[in-house]
Amino acid sequence: MLLQIAEPGQSAAPHQHKLAAGIDLGTTNSLVATVRSGEAKTLVNSQGRDMLPSVVRYSADSVVVGDAAMAAAVNDAENTIVSVKRLMGKGYNETLALKDKVPYQLIDQQGLVAINTVQGVKNPVEVSAEILATLANTASETLGGELNGVVITVPAYFDDAQRQATKDAAKLAGLTVMRLLNEPTAAALAYGLDSGQEGVIAVYDLGGGTFDISILRLRRGVFEVLATGGDSALGGDDFDHAIVSYLQQQTGEAELSHQAMRQYLTTARNIKEQLTGSDTVSFSLPVAGSQFSGTLSKAEFEQLIAPLVKKTIRACRQVLRDAGLTSDDIVKVVMVGGSTRVPLVRSEVAAFFATEPLTSIDPDKVVAIGAAIQANVLVGNKAEGDTLLLDVIPLSLGLETMGGLTEKIIPRNTVIPVARAQEFTTFKDGQTAMALHVVQGERELVEDCRSLARFELRGIPPLPAGGAHIRVTFQVDADGLLSVTAQEKSTGVQANIQVKPSYGLSDDQVATMLKGSMQYARQDMQLRLLREQQVEAERVLEAVSQALKADAALLSAQELTTIKQALTTLASVKQGDDTAAIKAAIEHTNTLTDDFAARRMDKSIRSALTGHNVDEV
Amino acid sequence: MNYFKLFNLPAKFDLDLTELGSRYLKLQKQFHPDQHSSGSERDKLLAVQQTANINDAYHSLKQPLLRAEHLLALRGLKISHEQRSFTDPLFLMQQMELREQLAEIEQSADPDAVIADIERQLQQQKKQLLQQLASALDTETAEQDQLAADLIRKLKFFFKLQQELELIEQQLQD
Repeated sequence: MLLQIAEPGQSAAPHQHKLAAGIDLGTTNSLVATVRSGEAKTLVNSQGRDMLPSVVRYSADSVVVGDAAMAAAVNDAENTIVSVKRLMGKGYNETLALKDKVPYQLIDQQGLVAINTVQGVKNPVEVSAEILATLANTASETLGGELNGVVITVPAYFDDAQRQATKDAAKLAGLTVMRLLNEPTAAALAYGLDSGQEGVIAVYDLGGGTFDISILRLRRGVFEVLATGGDSALGGDDFDHAIVSYLQQQTGEAELSHQAMRQYLTTARNIKEQLTGSDTVSFSLPVAGSQFSGTLSKAEFEQLIAPLVKKTIRACRQVLRDAGLTSDDIVKVVMVGGSTRVPLVRSEVAAFFATEPLTSIDPDKVVAIGAAIQANVLVGNKAEGDTLLLDVIPLSLGLETMGGLTEKIIPRNTVIPVARAQEFTTFKDGQTAMALHVVQGERELVEDCRSLARFELRGIPPLPAGGAHIRVTFQVDADGLLSVTAQEKSTGVQANIQVKPSYGLSDDQVATMLKGSMQYARQDMQLRLLREQQVEAERVLEAVSQALKADAALLSAQELTTIKQALTTLASVKQGDDTAAIKAAIEHTNTLTDDFAARRMDKSIRSALTGHNVDEV
Repeated sequence: MNYFKLFNLPAKFDLDLTELGSRYLKLQKQFHPDQHSSGSERDKLLAVQQTANINDAYHSLKQPLLRAEHLLALRGLKISHEQRSFTDPLFLMQQMELREQLAEIEQSADPDAVIADIERQLQQQKKQLLQQLASALDTETAEQDQLAADLIRKLKFFFKLQQELELIEQQLQD
């Protein structure tokens, strides 16, 4: 491996400052943030706003995102997509409950959920890509250049399909994703809890429409998600509705017109916001030609929302039980989401966990800020500190076995990346294919788990029944995404795998969408592929040159000459515009340096453990 | 793959877990994909594979049963693939008794006391078997290795009972 090996705290080569951003792709609002002059800050768009409503409106000849789209939500509801995050990585059948709640038309696109708009059928990945592209655009304009890479946050409980959909959306938006980061982990990073803090922390996230509670363990700079829970239909919007009901009682207006409802909601929001600072708020609403004036005290407001806040505390108790902990075990509580500004929420959370929650960072921005901090590290602008984000897989991965039962291959809370192999044998003479069904979830029965993908292994060498032993390796990368490889053991034949994601897009579909998207006309597409290979060629050249500088001693004189020749060839091919030739030169260089890479790997393991000899143990 | 070699630790059952933990973190910091996010595609893939190896090795060495199994595998004795029934009548009797005690927890007048009592028995048995296992593995003869394999199989029963006990305890709390 030609991994850049550097002493801790020192990067392998001097780099110029690279542009990186952290993106909080939220259900209601999205934000983009970056680190400048050592400080992580959210970025504002041309209208001076940093919160971008996660709303996309399709009209016959244009697409608008954010505030302008939201303004159209009333008049053109069926073409204005709100809360698309709830649809990410979902099958059509899984979204039936939402069908009556959203004003736009959900349709079945080969089992996947999609939306019918005036611009034709759009899937959630495409809609999210519009939001991501808008945020990236804000970042590029502010920073004055293309982004080298981004970190996008996802809820900790997101499964493989939802994570993959998020990554596909970024690809479609032309972004390089360095990492998908769990939202609670990002919030903890924003508070710098990675350095110095040991113990279990809770992240309490009350947004407009969802509530999430996560329990994380921090140990020697390692982050581990212990348990997550919450309520996907509880949020600050419910506080507003509770006030509206109260206002209706006061004014005596039992039935509200659509327009009156909006007015009541706006009044309710104002009251809620003002009551964070004052003890009483007066309001005025039109009733039958005259104005109704009244007041609402903080105590009355708290009485109204108390049952809702209690519900979140119950969820906290539940998630602690799942983690096998009590509230005494929690050393810090991080507050996320605009609704955590409500004083009653803060005091109830403080009382339950018996500790004052952290609120110094704007709860609407804290996730994006954490993502920006991690993006800055990953892009190489900051020498590595001691932080290591070791995430765990949130749900167990299993295989369907006889009788519709699941066999767990990788249990939840296993540290990722992880690879586990499983052996299978053929049960028929001359069998050349085999089907595997991968599911995610904790339950015994396959039907109670979430179907992830069906894999079909082909090209198994024909042998008598039981003669072929196929070793299937399931690998989960640092983003929590699964890939599968298979090999017949006696012949070493690599089995061909066809993946059919149950609730996701195949690689081909993503490629087709890329080609089809308006942003990439055919010429752009060709150019983009060329650029990608050129960038990759640069990375290979850089990595191999660094490796030679450090470890040429590991090579024979002849090996060294061959590798140097390959580098010269690669460098000159890179200048041209033959994408395929560049790709071939990269592969040639990789093949030539595989052995070198292995030797360097051994050496670097030894050097990482120097000062630790067997004798000393 | 020899997991002990990966961490440059002696292939012994008696392992310093603190030292293992600190070596694990050192290797993770060197190879974790986050450290190579701007590397070439091949390097990124290698980083994922290498950290997966490191995670697996750490996971296997951390837990005494998996560590013992790995030691035996290095000596050419694979446990998971052999099917042998127990011929030790004393052990079987003991298992049945413990199972009966588990089944009676709910009906007892003081479930907490019964749980604590069973827990004590399990801990004691596990401790004893682990000590025997350690000395069997230390001897490094074919005969002692077979004994170690037997002990591992027995220990698995106790770990299973422990899990069931915890489940019952949780159900009682709910």
